[in-house]
Amino acid sequence: MHIVVCLKQVPESQNVRIDPKTNTLIRQGVASVLNPFDYFALEAALTIKDERLDTKVTAITMGPPQAKEVLMDALSRGADDAILISHRAFAGADTWATSFTLAAAIRRLEPVDLIVCGKQAIDGDTAQVGPELATILNRPYATYVKSFEFVDDSHLKITRQTDEGVAVWRLPLPALVTVLKDVGEPRPRSYRATLRARRYEIPVWGPEELGVDEDSVGLKGSYTQVVRIFSPERKKDRIMLRGSVEEMVDELYYWLKEQRVPGL
Amino acid sequence: MKPLVDKELCVACGECIDACPVGAISVGDECAEISDECTLCGMCVDACQYGAISMPDVGTGADEDLSRYKGVWVFVEWRHGTVHRVSYELLTVGRKLAEKKGTDLCAVIQGHKLDGVEKDLFRYGAKTVYVVDHPSLAHFTDEIYGNVLVELVRRYRPEILLAGGTSTGRSFIPRVAAMLQTGLTADCTELDINDEGLLLQTRPAFGGNIMASILCPYRRPQIATVRPKVLRAEPLDMPVDGQVVRPDLPGACFVSRVEVLEEQVLEGPGANIAEADVVVSGGRGLQRKENFAMLEELASLLNGAVGASRGAVEAGLADPSQQVGQTGRTVAPVLYMAVGISGAVQHVVGMQGSKVIVAVNRDPEAPIFDVCHFGVVADLFEFVPAFIRKIRKERGEEV
Ligand SMILES: Cc1cc2nc3c(=O)[nH]c(=O)nc-3n(C[C@H](O)[C@H](O)[C@H](O)COP(=O)(O)OP(=O)(O)OC[C@H]3O[C@@H](n4cnc5c(N)ncnc54)[C@H](O)[C@@H]3O)c2cc1C
Ligand SMILES: Nc1ncnc2c1ncn2[C@@H]1O[C@H](COP(=O)(O)O)[C@@H](O)[C@H]1O
Repeated sequence: MHIVVCLKQVPESQNVRIDPKTNTLIRQGVASVLNPFDYFALEAALTIKDERLDTKVTAITMGPPQAKEVLMDALSRGADDAILISHRAFAGADTWATSFTLAAAIRRLEPVDLIVCGKQAIDGDTAQVGPELATILNRPYATYVKSFEFVDDSHLKITRQTDEGVAVWRLPLPALVTVLKDVGEPRPRSYRATLRARRYEIPVWGPEELGVDEDSVGLKGSYTQVVRIFSPERKKDRIMLRGSVEEMVDELYYWLKEQRVPGL
Repeated sequence: MKPLVDKELCVACGECIDACPVGAISVGDECAEISDECTLCGMCVDACQYGAISMPDVGTGADEDLSRYKGVWVFVEWRHGTVHRVSYELLTVGRKLAEKKGTDLCAVIQGHKLDGVEKDLFRYGAKTVYVVDHPSLAHFTDEIYGNVLVELVRRYRPEILLAGGTSTGRSFIPRVAAMLQTGLTADCTELDINDEGLLLQTRPAFGGNIMASILCPYRRPQIATVRPKVLRAEPLDMPVDGQVVRPDLPGACFVSRVEVLEEQVLEGPGANIAEADVVVSGGRGLQRKENFAMLEELASLLNGAVGASRGAVEAGLADPSQQVGQTGRTVAPVLYMAVGISGAVQHVVGMQGSKVIVAVNRDPEAPIFDVCHFGVVADLFEFVPAFIRKIRKERGEEV
């Protein structure tokens, strides 16, 4: 079985802010990390490998050269192979261009039985890459997967989270899933895998290796265009209530009534 | 590719240097220079007061006659016999967009045994309602829901398509966008028509720290999703005199590789937390599981639901179904009360969309006070019971 895990390097979102004075992005001290949801995608793949010893896990990422760090991390936790998809032409990709590029890479890695993505990335926050990637590759997919098991060698039984509860599906392979944290606690790096990762030379694929036209990837290959970036409007000034508990209770009641909170 | 610097307009002031998150900009003798480190993020464009920096254009895709696409469509989400509220919210904004463009608002509803729920959509201004009622639409699957919507779009060519950012919309609308090879903007909080007649889509990113306005200039339809409760639903005084169209679709649309084995509506304490207008959440500050009873009493007085922070769930005080935040659920009620919650970012991203946020915490330094509208520095064990008594008293109930 061959599993491809899609990983994304993201800025630690809590530190990304716009300076209210200059209206520019504050970049000091913003570290790049593996998208937190993608740890679960990797874990899901490694769990399958634990049970099915003939499984190979390949981690891929599209990003600038330093995105290699998340691949080193994945190798240190037990991924077998890693590919960095990186080239100037990939810059500025929207979800379509990202999915298109990842799809081209996965075609080169075929046969691939299962693709695992995180639930969403915390920077773009779209949750679109998984479904778009599956659609471009013409594979069935399931999003928000909480748990899965093999029914037989070519079928998964998955449980997906919905707004109202859960749905249980039978999903034929090859397929794609995007997973939630419920799939399992991410394992730590192992000593042996880390040693191996250090010697591992991560191949770097650009448009030529992928066999794609430079005009079909990155910003040029995108359909959406970000025309403006700005700070969210500041919330109405915060009111700190004062006085005794009784006084604060009365005041809060008054304000909530004022704000027309239903039920009051 | 790099952003374009207009040498005439650039005054070499250097503002853009600070704006660049990857340090790709330097200022030469006469104007800004952008190096190969550039990731085309666009931050410098907005930072330049002189309008000297612009982004290169996005792709146009295959040549197509965009003027053949007309009308604003809303995908109406049908769930177990009812229409999801987000659909009414979308019809309301869609109506305004259609007016501005001088075009019609239409709705698409898919499901099985719809029993006339489509009639309701005329009250929100839909001129045409496309109804697809088929046994294989009784349960949601990305493939069939996607195939049907794609088939309808190809046939009738709407210019704009809106859908709810629910677990359903967020799952299958990307499939629709990819099949149609067009752009998709997720979780918009504002939609408008710009001067060129394009759909201007504004959405938060980076956990709400940044807003971005997005266009899809060269592909149709322009597709956007909007989360429930972000916009207001306003019915018309009089329903419009619209028509119902039941298109005949090829059988191939109704084939799915996925088989639905079971669907369960969640029971348990967190069941209705995403839908409730009032959410009262507890954190580690509640100390013991029994103390959550107090929050339940308050929530039930307000017809609301009880949520929890990750800390409270991990300490076994609350059920995992109640967890609000990055790894839990995202909620945006009218009132969110955070009781005994410190306010870690991972929690905040799951609730910051709420209209009114009240924080009750003993520690005046708790970060939750940075995001609240009303802050109460008090012992929650005194404050919450007193607040419950107040509500009961105001209602004239015995206390
Ligand atoms: C402010 C802002 C707003 C944006 N809004 C939109 C928008 O509305 N529509 C749009 O089309 N694009 C948008 N983009 C661009 C979009 O974020 C990027 O295209 C990005 O590559 C996709 O990331 P995501 O965060 O949306 O991914 P998601 O779809 O949320 O990511 C889900 C999963 O896909 C996989 N994945 C995602 N990216 C990669 C990658 N590069 N390499 C490997 N695996 C990956 C991971 O498994 C990840 O967990 C926006 C970008 C910014 C900065
Ligand atoms: N030097 C570079 N090499 C490869 N890709 C880059 C480089 N600089 C920026 N990028 C791209 O910048 C984009 C930023 O990520 P995102 O917009 O989240 O998809 C990614 O598509 C990267 O591939």
